[in-house]
Amino acid sequence: MLLLENIIEVNHLGMKYHSLNGEITALQHIDFAVKKGEFVCVVGPSGCGKSTLLSMIAGLLPPTSGQILIEGIPVTGASSKVGYMLQKDYLFEWRTILENILLGLEIRKTLSSKSRTYAIELLRTYGLYDFEDKYPQQLSGGMRQRAALIRTLAVQPEILLLDEAFSALDYQTRLVVSEDIYGIIKQENKTAILVTHDIAESISMADRVIVLSRRPAVVKNIYEIQLTCEKRTPISSRNAAEFKLYFNQIWKELDVHV
Amino acid sequence: MFSASSPKNVTEEVSAEQKAYLAKIRLKRSVILLTQGSIIVVFFILWELLAGWGIIDAFLTSQPSRIYRTIMNLYQEGVLFAHIGITCLETILGFLLGTILGTIIAMLLWWSDFLAKVFEPYLVVLNSLPKIALAPIFIVWIGAGPSSIIVMALAISLIVTIMEVLNGFIAVDPDKVKLVQTFGANRWQTFIKVILPSSFPTIINALKINVGLSWVGVIVGEFLVSKAGIGYLIVYGGQVFQLDLVMASVLILAVAAAAMYKAVVYLEKFLVKW
Repeated sequence: MLLLENIIEVNHLGMKYHSLNGEITALQHIDFAVKKGEFVCVVGPSGCGKSTLLSMIAGLLPPTSGQILIEGIPVTGASSKVGYMLQKDYLFEWRTILENILLGLEIRKTLSSKSRTYAIELLRTYGLYDFEDKYPQQLSGGMRQRAALIRTLAVQPEILLLDEAFSALDYQTRLVVSEDIYGIIKQENKTAILVTHDIAESISMADRVIVLSRRPAVVKNIYEIQLTCEKRTPISSRNAAEFKLYFNQIWKELDVHV
Repeated sequence: MFSASSPKNVTEEVSAEQKAYLAKIRLKRSVILLTQGSIIVVFFILWELLAGWGIIDAFLTSQPSRIYRTIMNLYQEGVLFAHIGITCLETILGFLLGTILGTIIAMLLWWSDFLAKVFEPYLVVLNSLPKIALAPIFIVWIGAGPSSIIVMALAISLIVTIMEVLNGFIAVDPDKVKLVQTFGANRWQTFIKVILPSSFPTIINALKINVGLSWVGVIVGEFLVSKAGIGYLIVYGGQVFQLDLVMASVLILAVAAAAMYKAVVYLEKFLVKW
Protein backbone atom coordinates (compact mmCIF):
# COMPACT_ATOMS: atom_id res chain seq x y z
CA MET A 1 0.00 0.00 0.00
CA LEU A 2 2.69 2.44 1.03
CA LEU A 3 4.38 2.15 -2.34
CA LEU A 4 1.29 3.38 -4.15
CA GLU A 5 1.13 7.03 -5.03
CA ASN A 6 -1.45 9.46 -3.74
CA ILE A 7 -4.34 9.70 -6.18
CA ILE A 8 -6.02 12.52 -4.24
CA GLU A 9 -4.27 15.23 -2.29
CA VAL A 10 -6.23 17.73 -0.26
CA ASN A 11 -4.02 20.68 0.64
CA HIS A 12 -5.00 23.20 3.25
CA LEU A 13 -8.56 23.28 2.10
CA GLY A 14 -11.00 25.85 3.49
CA MET A 15 -14.59 26.75 2.72
CA LYS A 16 -16.68 29.72 3.79
CA TYR A 17 -20.35 30.23 3.09
CA HIS A 18 -21.75 33.71 2.76
CA SER A 19 -25.24 34.84 3.58
CA LEU A 20 -26.92 38.11 4.48
CA ASN A 21 -26.56 37.18 8.14
CA GLY A 22 -22.81 36.85 7.87
CA GLU A 23 -20.31 34.25 6.84
CA ILE A 24 -19.93 30.71 8.10
CA THR A 25 -16.64 28.86 8.03
CA ALA A 26 -17.56 25.29 7.15
CA LEU A 27 -14.10 23.79 6.80
CA GLN A 28 -10.60 25.03 7.46
CA HIS A 29 -7.04 23.73 7.13
CA ILE A 30 -8.09 20.32 5.83
CA ASP A 31 -5.10 18.22 4.79
CA PHE A 32 -5.10 14.58 3.81
CA ALA A 33 -4.20 12.28 0.96
CA VAL A 34 -5.77 9.16 -0.44
CA LYS A 35 -3.78 6.39 -2.07
CA LYS A 36 -4.83 4.49 -5.16
CA GLY A 37 -7.16 1.63 -4.30
CA GLU A 38 -7.73 2.87 -0.77
CA PHE A 39 -11.14 3.05 0.90
CA VAL A 40 -11.33 6.12 3.09
CA CYS A 41 -14.27 7.13 5.29
CA VAL A 42 -14.91 10.62 6.55
CA VAL A 43 -16.97 10.86 9.72
CA GLY A 44 -18.00 13.91 11.64
CA PRO A 45 -20.92 15.44 13.50
CA SER A 46 -23.91 16.35 11.34
CA GLY A 47 -23.58 19.73 9.66
CA CYS A 48 -19.78 19.78 9.92
CA GLY A 49 -19.26 20.07 6.19
CA LYS A 50 -18.56 16.46 5.21
CA SER A 51 -20.70 16.68 2.10
CA THR A 52 -19.21 20.06 1.24
CA LEU A 53 -15.81 18.37 1.27
CA LEU A 54 -17.00 15.74 -1.23
CA SER A 55 -18.62 18.37 -3.46
CA MET A 56 -15.29 20.19 -3.59
CA ILE A 57 -13.38 17.02 -4.45
CA ALA A 58 -15.94 16.34 -7.18
CA GLY A 59 -15.33 19.83 -8.57
CA LEU A 60 -18.90 20.97 -8.01
CA LEU A 61 -17.93 23.67 -5.55
CA PRO A 62 -14.80 25.81 -5.72
CA PRO A 63 -12.99 25.95 -2.36
CA THR A 64 -12.44 29.32 -0.70
CA SER A 65 -8.82 28.49 0.02
CA GLY A 66 -6.37 25.64 -0.57
CA GLN A 67 -6.55 23.17 -3.41
CA ILE A 68 -7.29 19.59 -4.34
CA LEU A 69 -5.08 17.56 -6.63
CA ILE A 70 -6.31 14.49 -8.47
CA GLU A 71 -3.41 12.57 -9.97
CA GLY A 72 -1.37 15.71 -9.44
CA ILE A 73 -3.72 17.99 -11.39
CA PRO A 74 -5.68 20.72 -9.56
CA VAL A 75 -9.46 20.25 -9.60
CA THR A 76 -11.25 23.10 -11.37
CA GLY A 77 -14.52 21.51 -12.48
CA ALA A 78 -16.33 18.17 -12.65
CA SER A 79 -13.53 15.69 -13.31
CA SER A 80 -13.91 12.64 -15.51
CA LYS A 81 -11.79 10.71 -13.01
CA VAL A 82 -14.45 11.05 -10.35
CA GLY A 83 -17.77 9.28 -9.91
CA TYR A 84 -20.27 10.51 -7.36
CA MET A 85 -22.97 8.59 -5.51
CA LEU A 86 -25.68 10.42 -3.63
CA GLN A 87 -27.76 9.44 -0.65
CA LYS A 88 -30.67 8.31 -2.79
CA ASP A 89 -30.26 6.49 -6.07
CA TYR A 90 -31.92 9.28 -8.12
CA LEU A 91 -32.60 6.91 -10.97
CA PHE A 92 -34.79 8.86 -13.39
CA GLU A 93 -38.25 7.38 -13.38
CA TRP A 94 -38.79 8.25 -17.05
CA ARG A 95 -35.78 6.20 -18.15
CA THR A 96 -35.37 2.46 -18.18
CA ILE A 97 -32.54 0.96 -16.14
CA LEU A 98 -30.31 0.74 -19.21
CA GLU A 99 -31.11 4.34 -20.21
CA ASN A 100 -30.37 5.45 -16.65
CA ILE A 101 -27.05 3.70 -16.70
CA LEU A 102 -26.07 5.38 -19.97
CA LEU A 103 -26.88 8.85 -18.57
CA GLY A 104 -23.30 9.73 -17.62
CA LEU A 105 -21.98 8.59 -20.98
CA GLU A 106 -24.61 10.68 -22.79
CA ILE A 107 -23.73 13.79 -20.81
CA ARG A 108 -20.00 13.32 -21.30
CA LYS A 109 -20.66 12.60 -24.98
CA THR A 110 -18.66 9.39 -24.70
CA LEU A 111 -21.51 7.08 -25.63
CA SER A 112 -20.17 4.73 -28.26
CA SER A 113 -20.84 1.11 -29.05
CA LYS A 114 -17.76 0.30 -26.96
CA SER A 115 -18.79 2.23 -23.86
CA ARG A 116 -22.33 0.95 -24.26
CA THR A 117 -21.09 -2.63 -24.34
CA TYR A 118 -19.03 -1.93 -21.22
CA ALA A 119 -22.11 -0.61 -19.40
CA ILE A 120 -24.18 -3.61 -20.44
CA GLU A 121 -21.34 -5.87 -19.34
CA LEU A 122 -21.49 -4.24 -15.89
CA LEU A 123 -25.23 -4.88 -15.77
CA ARG A 124 -24.59 -8.50 -16.63
CA THR A 125 -21.78 -8.90 -14.07
CA TYR A 126 -23.85 -7.44 -11.28
CA GLY A 127 -27.08 -9.24 -11.98
CA LEU A 128 -29.24 -6.46 -13.39
CA TYR A 129 -29.16 -7.54 -17.01
CA ASP A 130 -32.68 -8.98 -16.86
CA PHE A 131 -33.94 -5.63 -15.65
CA GLU A 132 -32.41 -3.39 -18.31
CA ASP A 133 -35.79 -2.60 -19.89
CA LYS A 134 -37.58 -2.13 -16.58
CA TYR A 135 -38.34 1.24 -15.05
CA PRO A 136 -36.74 2.05 -11.65
CA GLN A 137 -40.10 1.77 -9.89
CA GLN A 138 -40.09 -1.93 -10.61
CA LEU A 139 -36.83 -2.55 -8.70
CA SER A 140 -36.21 -3.03 -4.98
CA GLY A 141 -34.30 -0.40 -3.00
CA GLY A 142 -31.12 -2.49 -2.96
CA MET A 143 -31.23 -3.16 -6.68
CA ARG A 144 -31.82 0.53 -7.36
CA GLN A 145 -28.75 1.47 -5.32
CA ARG A 146 -26.79 -1.12 -7.25
CA ALA A 147 -28.07 0.33 -10.52
CA ALA A 148 -26.98 3.77 -9.30
CA LEU A 149 -23.47 2.43 -8.66
CA ILE A 150 -23.35 0.89 -12.13
CA ARG A 151 -24.43 4.25 -13.59
CA THR A 152 -21.42 5.77 -11.81
CA LEU A 153 -19.07 2.98 -12.89
CA ALA A 154 -20.20 3.16 -16.52
CA VAL A 155 -18.15 6.33 -17.07
CA GLN A 156 -15.10 4.45 -15.76
CA PRO A 157 -14.03 6.75 -12.94
CA GLU A 158 -10.86 6.08 -10.94
CA ILE A 159 -12.33 7.49 -7.76
CA LEU A 160 -15.75 7.00 -6.24
CA LEU A 161 -17.19 9.56 -3.88
CA LEU A 162 -20.02 8.18 -1.77
CA ASP A 163 -22.07 10.85 -0.04
CA GLU A 164 -24.00 9.11 2.76
CA ALA A 165 -24.71 6.60 0.03
CA PHE A 166 -26.51 4.14 2.29
CA SER A 167 -28.26 6.48 4.73
CA ALA A 168 -31.62 6.47 2.99
CA LEU A 169 -31.97 2.69 3.27
CA ASP A 170 -33.48 0.82 6.20
CA TYR A 171 -31.00 -0.89 8.53
CA GLN A 172 -31.06 -4.43 7.13
CA THR A 173 -31.03 -3.33 3.50
CA ARG A 174 -28.23 -0.99 4.35
CA LEU A 175 -25.99 -3.75 5.69
CA VAL A 176 -26.65 -5.87 2.62
CA VAL A 177 -26.20 -2.99 0.18
CA SER A 178 -22.98 -1.76 1.81
CA GLU A 179 -21.62 -5.30 1.63
CA ASP A 180 -22.66 -5.45 -1.99
CA ILE A 181 -21.32 -2.05 -3.04
CA TYR A 182 -18.07 -2.64 -1.11
CA GLY A 183 -17.60 -5.91 -2.99
CA ILE A 184 -18.15 -4.21 -6.35
CA ILE A 185 -15.79 -1.34 -5.54
CA LYS A 186 -13.04 -3.77 -4.49
CA GLN A 187 -13.63 -5.99 -7.49
CA GLU A 188 -13.40 -3.00 -9.84
CA ASN A 189 -10.30 -1.80 -8.00
CA LYS A 190 -11.56 1.71 -7.38
CA THR A 191 -10.43 4.29 -4.88
CA ALA A 192 -13.32 5.38 -2.68
CA ILE A 193 -14.17 8.10 -0.20
CA LEU A 194 -17.31 7.50 1.83
CA VAL A 195 -18.81 10.29 3.88
CA THR A 196 -21.03 9.03 6.67
CA HIS A 197 -22.26 9.87 10.13
CA ASP A 198 -22.43 6.17 11.00
CA ILE A 199 -19.28 5.25 12.96
CA ALA A 200 -19.82 1.49 12.67
CA GLU A 201 -20.33 1.77 8.92
CA SER A 202 -17.11 3.72 8.55
CA ILE A 203 -15.01 1.22 10.52
CA SER A 204 -16.58 -1.73 8.74
CA MET A 205 -15.61 -0.44 5.30
CA ALA A 206 -12.59 1.80 5.61
CA ASP A 207 -8.86 1.34 5.39
CA ARG A 208 -8.64 4.71 7.10
CA VAL A 209 -11.19 6.80 8.94
CA ILE A 210 -10.81 10.58 8.92
CA VAL A 211 -12.56 12.21 11.86
CA LEU A 212 -13.70 15.79 11.40
CA SER A 213 -14.52 18.14 14.27
CA ARG A 214 -17.59 20.28 14.66
CA ARG A 215 -17.85 23.46 12.58
CA PRO A 216 -15.52 25.04 11.65
CA ALA A 217 -14.35 21.54 10.82
CA VAL A 218 -10.71 20.51 11.01
CA VAL A 219 -9.22 17.02 10.75
CA LYS A 220 -9.27 15.82 14.33
CA ASN A 221 -7.64 12.48 13.82
CA ILE A 222 -6.99 9.84 11.20
CA TYR A 223 -7.31 6.16 12.15
CA GLU A 224 -5.66 3.34 10.26
CA ILE A 225 -8.17 0.54 10.56
CA GLN A 226 -6.48 -2.83 10.98
CA LEU A 227 -8.84 -5.64 11.76
CA THR A 228 -8.00 -9.27 12.30
CA CYS A 229 -10.50 -11.18 10.31
CA GLU A 230 -10.29 -13.80 7.59
CA LYS A 231 -11.65 -12.19 4.48
CA ARG A 232 -12.55 -8.61 5.17
CA THR A 233 -16.02 -7.45 4.18
CA PRO A 234 -18.20 -4.85 5.91
CA ILE A 235 -20.20 -7.53 7.73
CA SER A 236 -17.27 -9.73 8.77
CA SER A 237 -15.41 -6.62 9.95
CA ARG A 238 -18.07 -6.05 12.53
CA ASN A 239 -17.07 -9.29 14.25
CA ALA A 240 -13.39 -8.41 14.53
CA ALA A 241 -12.07 -7.97 18.07
CA GLU A 242 -10.68 -4.50 17.34
CA PHE A 243 -13.96 -3.20 15.96
CA LYS A 244 -15.28 -2.12 19.34
CA LEU A 245 -12.02 -0.42 20.31
CA TYR A 246 -12.08 1.71 17.19
CA PHE A 247 -15.74 2.43 17.73
CA ASN A 248 -15.18 3.69 21.27
CA GLN A 249 -12.19 5.81 20.28
CA ILE A 250 -14.01 7.49 17.40
CA TRP A 251 -17.15 7.92 19.47
CA LYS A 252 -15.15 9.79 22.13
CA GLU A 253 -13.41 11.80 19.45
CA LEU A 254 -16.70 12.94 17.94
CA ASP A 255 -17.82 14.21 21.33
CA VAL A 256 -21.50 14.17 20.46
CA HIS A 257 -23.88 16.31 22.46
CA VAL A 258 -27.59 16.62 22.00
CA MET B 1 -27.24 -11.18 -2.46
CA PHE B 2 -30.36 -9.92 -4.15
CA SER B 3 -33.00 -12.38 -5.07
CA ALA B 4 -33.49 -12.00 -8.77
CA SER B 5 -37.15 -12.83 -8.46
CA SER B 6 -39.52 -12.11 -11.29
CA PRO B 7 -40.53 -8.46 -11.10
CA LYS B 8 -44.16 -9.48 -11.36
CA ASN B 9 -45.54 -10.24 -7.93
CA VAL B 10 -49.02 -11.20 -9.07
CA THR B 11 -49.72 -14.85 -8.43
CA GLU B 12 -51.05 -16.89 -11.31
CA GLU B 13 -53.97 -18.64 -9.64
CA VAL B 14 -56.85 -16.49 -8.44
CA SER B 15 -58.48 -17.47 -5.17
CA ALA B 16 -62.25 -17.37 -4.61
CA GLU B 17 -61.85 -14.40 -2.26
CA GLN B 18 -59.87 -12.50 -4.88
CA LYS B 19 -62.58 -13.24 -7.47
CA ALA B 20 -65.27 -12.02 -5.11
CA TYR B 21 -63.23 -8.87 -4.44
CA LEU B 22 -62.76 -8.18 -8.15
CA ALA B 23 -66.47 -8.78 -8.81
CA LYS B 24 -67.35 -6.30 -6.07
CA ILE B 25 -65.06 -3.66 -7.59
CA ARG B 26 -66.55 -4.24 -11.04
CA LEU B 27 -70.08 -3.99 -9.72
CA LYS B 28 -69.34 -0.71 -8.00
CA ARG B 29 -67.84 0.69 -11.17
CA SER B 30 -70.88 -0.34 -13.23
CA VAL B 31 -73.28 1.23 -10.72
CA ILE B 32 -71.38 4.53 -10.92
CA LEU B 33 -71.38 4.48 -14.72
CA LEU B 34 -75.06 3.60 -14.84
CA THR B 35 -75.98 6.40 -12.44
CA GLN B 36 -73.92 8.90 -14.42
CA GLY B 37 -75.68 7.84 -17.63
CA SER B 38 -79.14 7.92 -16.04
CA ILE B 39 -78.74 11.47 -14.78
CA ILE B 40 -78.17 12.85 -18.27
CA VAL B 41 -80.89 10.71 -19.86
CA VAL B 42 -83.48 11.59 -17.19
CA PHE B 43 -82.50 15.26 -17.46
CA PHE B 44 -83.14 15.35 -21.22
CA ILE B 45 -86.37 13.32 -21.00
CA LEU B 46 -87.75 15.60 -18.27
CA TRP B 47 -86.75 18.67 -20.25
CA GLU B 48 -88.45 17.32 -23.36
CA LEU B 49 -91.66 16.30 -21.53
CA LEU B 50 -91.99 19.43 -19.39
CA ALA B 51 -91.56 21.62 -22.47
CA GLY B 52 -93.99 19.44 -24.44
CA TRP B 53 -96.67 19.71 -21.69
CA GLY B 54 -96.17 23.45 -21.55
CA ILE B 55 -95.00 23.44 -17.92
CA ILE B 56 -91.86 25.26 -18.96
CA ASP B 57 -91.80 27.73 -21.83
CA ALA B 58 -89.90 26.16 -24.73
CA PHE B 59 -89.43 29.62 -26.22
CA LEU B 60 -87.16 30.47 -23.28
CA THR B 61 -85.72 27.07 -22.41
CA SER B 62 -85.78 25.38 -25.80
CA GLN B 63 -86.30 21.63 -25.92
CA PRO B 64 -84.12 18.62 -26.81
CA SER B 65 -86.14 17.78 -29.93
CA ARG B 66 -85.89 21.40 -31.13
CA ILE B 67 -82.16 21.41 -30.38
CA TYR B 68 -81.82 18.28 -32.46
CA ARG B 69 -83.75 19.87 -35.34
CA THR B 70 -81.60 22.99 -35.11
CA ILE B 71 -78.43 20.96 -35.32
CA MET B 72 -79.80 18.98 -38.28
CA ASN B 73 -80.73 22.23 -40.05
CA LEU B 74 -77.25 23.57 -39.55
CA TYR B 75 -75.93 20.30 -40.88
CA GLN B 76 -78.17 20.39 -43.95
CA GLU B 77 -77.21 23.97 -44.67
CA GLY B 78 -73.65 22.64 -44.62
CA VAL B 79 -72.43 25.14 -42.02
CA LEU B 80 -72.39 22.96 -38.87
CA PHE B 81 -68.89 21.63 -39.26
CA ALA B 82 -67.61 24.95 -40.58
CA HIS B 83 -68.69 26.61 -37.32
CA ILE B 84 -67.33 23.80 -35.14
CA GLY B 85 -64.14 23.63 -37.19
CA ILE B 86 -63.27 27.31 -36.98
CA THR B 87 -63.84 27.41 -33.23
CA CYS B 88 -61.85 24.23 -32.59
CA LEU B 89 -59.05 25.47 -34.83
CA GLU B 90 -58.86 28.78 -32.97
CA THR B 91 -58.89 26.97 -29.64
CA ILE B 92 -56.23 24.45 -30.60
CA LEU B 93 -53.99 27.17 -32.01
CA GLY B 94 -54.45 29.38 -28.94
CA PHE B 95 -53.87 26.41 -26.69
CA LEU B 96 -50.76 25.17 -28.47
CA LEU B 97 -49.28 28.66 -28.77
CA GLY B 98 -49.99 29.33 -25.10
CA THR B 99 -48.38 26.10 -24.01
CA ILE B 100 -45.35 26.25 -26.27
CA LEU B 101 -44.63 29.96 -25.78
CA GLY B 102 -45.33 29.65 -22.06
CA THR B 103 -42.91 26.76 -21.71
CA ILE B 104 -40.21 28.54 -23.73
CA ILE B 105 -40.56 31.71 -21.65
CA ALA B 106 -40.54 29.63 -18.45
CA MET B 107 -37.32 28.05 -19.73
CA LEU B 108 -35.70 31.43 -20.24
CA LEU B 109 -36.73 32.52 -16.76
CA TRP B 110 -35.36 29.26 -15.30
CA TRP B 111 -32.15 29.80 -17.22
CA SER B 112 -31.54 33.27 -15.91
CA ASP B 113 -32.24 33.95 -12.29
CA PHE B 114 -31.79 37.63 -13.07
CA LEU B 115 -34.59 37.65 -15.66
CA ALA B 116 -36.86 35.67 -13.33
CA LYS B 117 -36.38 38.16 -10.52
CA VAL B 118 -36.82 41.16 -12.85
CA PHE B 119 -40.03 39.91 -14.44
CA GLU B 120 -41.65 38.49 -11.32
CA PRO B 121 -43.74 41.57 -10.41
CA TYR B 122 -44.81 42.03 -14.04
CA LEU B 123 -45.99 38.45 -14.20
CA VAL B 124 -47.95 38.85 -10.97
CA VAL B 125 -49.72 41.96 -12.28
CA LEU B 126 -50.41 40.44 -15.70
CA ASN B 127 -51.71 37.29 -14.02
CA SER B 128 -54.25 39.16 -11.94
CA LEU B 129 -55.32 41.40 -14.83
CA PRO B 130 -58.55 40.15 -16.49
CA LYS B 131 -57.22 39.47 -19.96
CA ILE B 132 -60.64 40.05 -21.49
CA ALA B 133 -60.04 43.75 -20.84
CA LEU B 134 -57.33 43.56 -23.50
CA ALA B 135 -59.74 42.32 -26.18
CA PRO B 136 -60.53 45.78 -27.65
CA ILE B 137 -56.79 46.47 -27.92
CA PHE B 138 -56.21 43.24 -29.84
CA ILE B 139 -59.13 44.00 -32.14
CA VAL B 140 -57.78 47.45 -32.94
CA TRP B 141 -54.26 46.19 -33.45
CA ILE B 142 -54.87 42.92 -35.23
CA GLY B 143 -58.28 43.43 -36.79
CA ALA B 144 -61.67 41.83 -36.24
CA GLY B 145 -60.99 38.27 -37.30
CA PRO B 146 -59.76 34.88 -36.25
CA SER B 147 -56.27 36.24 -35.51
CA SER B 148 -57.47 38.42 -32.64
CA ILE B 149 -59.53 35.52 -31.31
CA ILE B 150 -56.42 33.31 -31.25
CA VAL B 151 -54.43 36.07 -29.58
CA MET B 152 -57.21 36.40 -27.01
CA ALA B 153 -57.00 32.66 -26.23
CA LEU B 154 -53.22 32.93 -26.06
CA ALA B 155 -53.34 35.93 -23.73
CA ILE B 156 -55.61 34.12 -21.30
CA SER B 157 -53.48 30.96 -21.07
CA LEU B 158 -49.96 32.32 -21.49
CA ILE B 159 -49.25 33.87 -18.10
CA VAL B 160 -50.71 30.97 -16.14
CA THR B 161 -48.60 28.57 -18.19
CA ILE B 162 -45.42 30.54 -17.56
CA MET B 163 -46.01 30.60 -13.81
CA GLU B 164 -47.10 26.96 -13.52
CA VAL B 165 -44.28 25.57 -15.63
CA LEU B 166 -41.61 27.78 -14.05
CA ASN B 167 -42.72 26.59 -10.61
CA GLY B 168 -42.45 23.03 -11.90
CA PHE B 169 -38.91 23.67 -13.15
CA ILE B 170 -37.87 25.23 -9.85
CA ALA B 171 -39.40 22.41 -7.82
CA VAL B 172 -37.18 19.74 -9.42
CA ASP B 173 -35.14 17.97 -6.73
CA PRO B 174 -31.77 19.79 -6.56
CA ASP B 175 -30.02 16.46 -5.95
CA LYS B 176 -31.19 15.24 -9.36
CA VAL B 177 -29.51 18.32 -10.81
CA LYS B 178 -26.42 17.62 -8.71
CA LEU B 179 -26.34 14.10 -10.10
CA VAL B 180 -26.04 15.25 -13.72
CA GLN B 181 -23.57 17.94 -12.71
CA THR B 182 -21.27 15.30 -11.23
CA PHE B 183 -21.11 13.99 -14.79
CA GLY B 184 -20.16 17.50 -15.91
CA ALA B 185 -23.52 18.49 -17.43
CA ASN B 186 -23.79 22.06 -18.73
CA ARG B 187 -26.92 24.15 -18.27
CA TRP B 188 -28.54 23.00 -21.51
CA GLN B 189 -27.90 19.31 -20.72
CA THR B 190 -29.25 19.85 -17.21
CA PHE B 191 -32.41 21.28 -18.74
CA ILE B 192 -32.88 18.59 -21.36
CA LYS B 193 -31.90 15.57 -19.27
CA VAL B 194 -33.45 16.49 -15.91
CA ILE B 195 -35.54 19.64 -15.66
CA LEU B 196 -37.79 19.14 -18.67
CA PRO B 197 -38.58 15.43 -18.24
CA SER B 198 -39.05 15.88 -14.47
CA SER B 199 -41.56 18.61 -15.23
CA PHE B 200 -43.68 16.67 -17.72
CA PRO B 201 -46.39 16.02 -15.10
CA THR B 202 -46.49 19.76 -14.31
CA ILE B 203 -46.62 20.68 -17.98
CA ILE B 204 -49.47 18.24 -18.55
CA ASN B 205 -51.35 19.84 -15.67
CA ALA B 206 -50.79 23.24 -17.26
CA LEU B 207 -52.18 21.80 -20.50
CA LYS B 208 -55.32 20.66 -18.73
CA ILE B 209 -55.86 24.13 -17.30
CA ASN B 210 -55.04 25.70 -20.66
CA VAL B 211 -57.66 23.73 -22.55
CA GLY B 212 -60.36 25.33 -20.42
CA LEU B 213 -58.79 28.78 -20.57
CA SER B 214 -58.37 28.67 -24.35
CA TRP B 215 -62.07 27.91 -24.75
CA VAL B 216 -62.87 30.94 -22.61
CA GLY B 217 -60.60 33.12 -24.74
CA VAL B 218 -62.00 31.84 -28.02
CA ILE B 219 -65.66 32.11 -27.05
CA VAL B 220 -65.18 35.61 -25.65
CA GLY B 221 -63.28 36.54 -28.80
CA GLU B 222 -66.07 35.19 -30.99
CA PHE B 223 -68.66 37.06 -28.94
CA LEU B 224 -66.86 40.26 -29.79
CA VAL B 225 -65.71 40.02 -33.37
CA SER B 226 -66.52 36.91 -35.30
CA LYS B 227 -68.78 36.06 -38.18
CA ALA B 228 -68.48 32.32 -37.67
CA GLY B 229 -67.92 29.79 -34.93
CA ILE B 230 -69.78 28.39 -31.96
CA GLY B 231 -69.37 31.60 -29.94
CA TYR B 232 -70.80 33.54 -32.86
CA LEU B 233 -73.83 31.19 -33.04
CA ILE B 234 -74.44 31.66 -29.30
CA VAL B 235 -74.32 35.46 -29.51
CA TYR B 236 -76.33 35.55 -32.72
CA GLY B 237 -78.97 33.19 -31.27
CA GLY B 238 -79.22 35.37 -28.20
CA GLN B 239 -79.62 38.55 -30.23
CA VAL B 240 -82.42 37.15 -32.39
CA PHE B 241 -84.00 35.39 -29.40
CA GLN B 242 -83.51 31.93 -30.85
CA LEU B 243 -82.83 29.94 -27.72
CA ASP B 244 -82.84 26.73 -29.78
CA LEU B 245 -79.69 27.92 -31.52
CA VAL B 246 -78.08 29.05 -28.26
CA MET B 247 -78.77 25.77 -26.47
CA ALA B 248 -77.67 23.71 -29.48
CA SER B 249 -74.40 25.66 -29.63
CA VAL B 250 -73.75 25.30 -25.91
CA LEU B 251 -74.31 21.56 -26.21
CA ILE B 252 -71.87 21.29 -29.11
CA LEU B 253 -69.40 23.37 -27.15
CA ALA B 254 -69.65 21.04 -24.14
CA VAL B 255 -68.95 18.01 -26.33
CA ALA B 256 -66.02 19.66 -28.13
CA ALA B 257 -64.44 20.90 -24.88
CA ALA B 258 -64.78 17.47 -23.29
CA ALA B 259 -63.23 15.82 -26.34
CA MET B 260 -60.25 18.15 -26.22
CA TYR B 261 -59.75 17.54 -22.51
CA LYS B 262 -59.83 13.80 -23.16
CA ALA B 263 -57.19 14.26 -25.83
CA VAL B 264 -54.88 15.87 -23.26
CA VAL B 265 -55.49 13.03 -20.81
CA TYR B 266 -54.60 10.61 -23.58
CA LEU B 267 -51.46 12.61 -24.33
CA GLU B 268 -50.53 12.35 -20.65
CA LYS B 269 -50.76 8.56 -20.79
CA PHE B 270 -48.59 8.63 -23.88
CA LEU B 271 -45.93 10.95 -22.44
CA VAL B 272 -45.83 9.90 -18.79
CA LYS B 273 -45.27 6.18 -19.04
CA TRP B 274 -43.55 5.56 -15.73
